[in-house]
Amino acid sequence: MELTTILFYLFSIVTITAAAVMVFSNNIVHSAFALMFTLIGVAALYVLLYADFLAATQLLVYVGGILILILFGIMLTTQGKSLSFKTSTVNIAPASILSVAAAALLIYAFVKTDWKITESGVRDETVHEMGMMLMGEYILPFIVVGVLLLIAIIGAILMATRLSAHNDGEV
Amino acid sequence: MINTIATTANALTILVYAAIPLTIILVYALVAIWAERKIAGFIQDRLGPMRVGGWHGWAQSIADLLKLIQKEDIIPTNASRFLFKFAPFMMFAASYAAFAVIPFSSGYIGSNINIGVFYLLAVTSLLTLSIIMAAWASNNKWSLLGGMRSAAQMVSYEVPTIATVLTVIVVSGSLNLMTVTEMQSGNDILGFLPNWFIFQNPFLLVAFVIFFISILAESHRVPFDLPESESELVAGYQTEYSGIRWAMFMLAEYADMLLLSLLGATLFFGGWNSPFGEFMSGPLWGFFWYMLKGLLLVFVMMWIRWTLPRYRVDQLMHICWSILIPLSFINLVLVALWELIF
Repeated sequence: MELTTILFYLFSIVTITAAAVMVFSNNIVHSAFALMFTLIGVAALYVLLYADFLAATQLLVYVGGILILILFGIMLTTQGKSLSFKTSTVNIAPASILSVAAAALLIYAFVKTDWKITESGVRDETVHEMGMMLMGEYILPFIVVGVLLLIAIIGAILMATRLSAHNDGEV
Repeated sequence: MINTIATTANALTILVYAAIPLTIILVYALVAIWAERKIAGFIQDRLGPMRVGGWHGWAQSIADLLKLIQKEDIIPTNASRFLFKFAPFMMFAASYAAFAVIPFSSGYIGSNINIGVFYLLAVTSLLTLSIIMAAWASNNKWSLLGGMRSAAQMVSYEVPTIATVLTVIVVSGSLNLMTVTEMQSGNDILGFLPNWFIFQNPFLLVAFVIFFISILAESHRVPFDLPESESELVAGYQTEYSGIRWAMFMLAEYADMLLLSLLGATLFFGGWNSPFGEFMSGPLWGFFWYMLKGLLLVFVMMWIRWTLPRYRVDQLMHICWSILIPLSFINLVLVALWELIF
C-alpha cells in the first residue's frame, strides 16, 4: 500500500471514531474534546487532498478559535464540571425515521453517482492563486464577509457592554 | 511485497528525517533548564546548582530527568483519566509539530511547504487546547483557574502575534520560512549591515518589539506567567501532575520558547544567514548562527523572567487589547505604506 493510503485510512478512522465518541459520550466536555480530534482528522484529510491552506485554516479557526470558545462556555456555566446529560431517549421514532431516510438518500446518491476520478497533479502553490482569486474574481463576497464579521463583532461588544453596565447598576 | 518494503523504507526515512529536531529539542531542553537555574542564581547573587557532575553542576538537569522518570505516576482518583494522561503528550506534540516548518539551516527544513508560518500559527493553537484539557481533567480548582487564565491569555495574545507576523509577510511576500530567510541574505544596508528585516524598515523594529512581548505572553513567561503563578495558583494547570507527565509539560514549555524564538530569529534576524555575509556561511555554519540567534532570544526571555515582577490579570488584558493590538494594526499599515513608497 502507498503511504498516503495508509495515512488516509488512519486519519479517517480517527475522524469517525472521534465523531462517534462525540455523539455518544455522556459528558459534555468529553464530547468537546472528541470534536477536537474530529476537526484535526478532517484537517489532515484536507492535507491529503492538497488543500494545505484550508487545513491550516481549519485548525486555526475551528480548533484554535471556536472549540476554545465552546469549552469556555461549558466551563463557565454553573454545572460545567459535573453536567452530564442523556444523549438518547428523546423522540426515538421520528429521529430514527429521519436518520434512516437520510442515510438511505446518501447511500443512494453515493451508489448512483458516476464518480469521475481524475489524477490531480501535485500542487505546491495554493496560497498565491487563492489570494489572486480573493482579490480579483471574488472581491465582492470577500468584502461582504468582512463587513458581516465586523457587524458581528460590534454586536458582541454592544451586548457585552450593555450587560456589564446593567450589572454595575445593580451592584 | 516489494511495494510494502518500499513503503516501510519510505516511512522509516520520513521518521528519521522528522526526528532530527527532536534530538535538538531534547539537548536544548537539558541545557536550557540548567542555564535558567544558573542565570537565576547569578541574577540573584547566588551560585545556582553546583554539585552534580563537577563543573558548575552541569549534570543537574540529567539527574533531574532520571529522577522524574523513576517517580510514581500519580493520577488523582477523580480525574478524567484518559484526558489527564493524554494532555501532556498532546502539548508536546503540538509544539513539536510546529518545528516541521522551521528552516534549521539552508540544508534542513522538515517540510518546505508554502504556508509555513500560517501552519505554525495554526498548529500552536493546539497548545491552548491541551492546557485546557490538562486543567479540566485534573479536577482541581487551581488547575481549572490556571487553565482558564492561560486560554484567555493565549487567545488574546495570538492577535498581536499574528498581526506582527503579517507585517513581515507584507514585506517578504511569502509564507514559506525558507524563502523568507533566503530573502534576507547579503550585506547591503549602509554598506555593511546584513539584509535582515529588522534593519530594512524602521517600522519592523516596532513590529519586533510587539512580537517579542506577545511571544513572552504566549509561552507563559514572566511578566505574563499568570497561568502558573505559584503565589496564587500553586502551579496552575500543572498542579496535579508529577513525574514524567510533569516533565513532558516542562519539555513542551521549553520547546515552545525555542520555537517562538526561532520564529522571531527567522522573521526579523535573517534565520540561518551569517551576519558577516559570505564569511562563515554554509549549511553547518547556518545551523550554528540560527541556533545562536534563537538561544539569544531565549536568554533574553530568561533574563526578563528573573528581573521583572508579574502583571495582574486586568493589566495583562489591558496591555494586549488596548496597547499591543491597536499598535500592531497601525504598524501593519505603516509598514505597507513604507513598502509602497520605498
